Amino acid sequence: MRVYLIRRLLLTIPTLFIASIIVFLSVRFIPGDVVDVMMMRSQSGMSEQTRAAIRRDLGLDTPIHIQYGRWLGVFPQIGAPSDEVVGNARFNGVLQGNVGTSLWTGVPVLEALQRRLPVTVELSLMGLVLGLLIAMPIGMYSALRQDTLGDYIARSIAMAFIAVPYFWIGILVVVFGSLWFRYMPPLRLVPFVEDPLGNLGQFIVPAIVLGMVLSGWTMRLTRTMMLEVLRQDYVRTAWAKGLRERAVVVRHALKNSLIPVVSLIGLQLPLLFGGTVVIEQIFLLPGVGRYTVEATISRDYPVISGVLLLFGATVVLANLLIDLSYGFLDPRIRYE
Amino acid sequence: MSNEAVAGKRPRGLLADSAIRLVREKPLGTVGAAITLVFLLMAVFADFLAPYGMNEGTATNLVPPSAEFWLGTDELGRDVFSRVVIGARISMGMGLAASAVSIIISVAIGLVSGYVGGKFDIIVQRFVDAWMSLPGLIWMMVVLSTVGRGVVQIVVVLSLVLGVGGSRIIRGAVISAKENVYVAAALAIGSRTDRVLLRHILPSIMAPIIMLFSVRVPDAILIEAALSFLGFGMPPPYPSWGSMLSGTSRQYMFVAPWMALWPGVALALVVYGVNIFGDALRDILDPRMRGGGGRFGVRAKKLRSTSRGRG
Repeated sequence: MRVYLIRRLLLTIPTLFIASIIVFLSVRFIPGDVVDVMMMRSQSGMSEQTRAAIRRDLGLDTPIHIQYGRWLGVFPQIGAPSDEVVGNARFNGVLQGNVGTSLWTGVPVLEALQRRLPVTVELSLMGLVLGLLIAMPIGMYSALRQDTLGDYIARSIAMAFIAVPYFWIGILVVVFGSLWFRYMPPLRLVPFVEDPLGNLGQFIVPAIVLGMVLSGWTMRLTRTMMLEVLRQDYVRTAWAKGLRERAVVVRHALKNSLIPVVSLIGLQLPLLFGGTVVIEQIFLLPGVGRYTVEATISRDYPVISGVLLLFGATVVLANLLIDLSYGFLDPRIRYE
Repeated sequence: MSNEAVAGKRPRGLLADSAIRLVREKPLGTVGAAITLVFLLMAVFADFLAPYGMNEGTATNLVPPSAEFWLGTDELGRDVFSRVVIGARISMGMGLAASAVSIIISVAIGLVSGYVGGKFDIIVQRFVDAWMSLPGLIWMMVVLSTVGRGVVQIVVVLSLVLGVGGSRIIRGAVISAKENVYVAAALAIGSRTDRVLLRHILPSIMAPIIMLFSVRVPDAILIEAALSFLGFGMPPPYPSWGSMLSGTSRQYMFVAPWMALWPGVALALVVYGVNIFGDALRDILDPRMRGGGGRFGVRAKKLRSTSRGRG
């Protein structure tokens, strides 16, 4: 177990490293940079000199690998050796826990994210949980009553959830909700600590819409896996020794069909994060997603690369946890 | 290609065989194929079907659906029905083009990585891992905001995101296909690597390639719509279903809800159609599913066995 754990942990290092290169290159290697946007936005216009000065201040005049090294924190920062400013460390990058500062507001990215992250985390967790709560019972029911009317209805629901674009559902909820039920997306978020129920109430509608994105595929996979497991010998044994249906289904069948479903959650995380961007936009939630859209429009690339890296690292670590959870879900799996 | 065809000594192409089995055994899949076909035709003949031009103002804004404007008009007085019809061109076109390019990327990566194997495979797969851990939608937004929003850019970006992830499936198929004896035989008689890859391995993984394509088309259509919705898809005058639901038009939806309804209905229908069509196709192409398919499958099997008996 320990050997496997160490090897699995070590394997995430190259993945994270490559992800950081992809993030860095896709954000900075593309034509046009923040200086262009600044020039477009400034009323008076900028001279070539100011332009060059800004580029130098931001460190954009150095070769790309040095910029990457600085961002990562393995190369010294601009003017670092002689810098007397307190707290401005020589090496100050991602590895030191500093993703960068916003080019427009000067606020450190992590600080800006701290305020918005709870919204996105709450939305994605609720979406994930609600998605599973919708998907697993229907998927199980569908498998247990294979080829009955209920199964056909359940499968049609799954297919509909896959086909219907979630952002459209979001819009319909907002538009028809306001026309028919006077539903309004919250203008001000109630913090969870002040009013837990009010806070959950504000999140429940967007979270259900988000959960729908994931539930279609999960439903289908749950059904397929359950069908496979229900035909296993040990399930027949469980039936034969007279166990109640609940015990057979939950203790023997469900637990053994969970592994692919759990892996699917890991694979769906990037989809979930993309979903939060869209859902936050529709329901006016002040989360990371909306911040990212704003940052993208203003080409605030420390923010963009920070967000991409954060999401990427979350996915890598979540998949690590998922891999390790297999041992718990299926005792036959031993890590050696 | 299929066992039945070989047994009946009626060799047919994989495509023809699949088409016949689709209609015989998969009524739902046939419906999906029909929906897909209808929207494809709509995209091709959009100019004849749309009563108004995509940006033709009719001087009557926000008119509810009527005999004159079947699905109403939007805030600029443009006919919603015409825009939905012309929007099919962008959605279907983008969906098909991006899926096709993404399949080429998947096959290129999967074929080489799976066939070469060893250290090379491990390194390539770390890249694929890293790529798949990044949120695709945000990455596409970022890239499109800088390279500009156009057909070529969107197709390239979409197919990169879909293609790298899909290479896993192709790689898996290649790894099992290269264990076939005929590959060893080809190598033994001194075939070059490119010949082995293109003449022996590629044909044997056609089924997963078609399956992957059938999943990618609805994916691409949905992602393009989401991008357009966020304002990073096709630039304004072009009516993409996603962009019809976004931006300034969202302010008017409260007084003109039909604007919110129809582009989404079109999207949902296409994605539903392509998905159930693809599903049926997967069942037919997956050898493990042969002969299944419930009531209709049984009837088709009977039909085939009697015809085989006569032949």
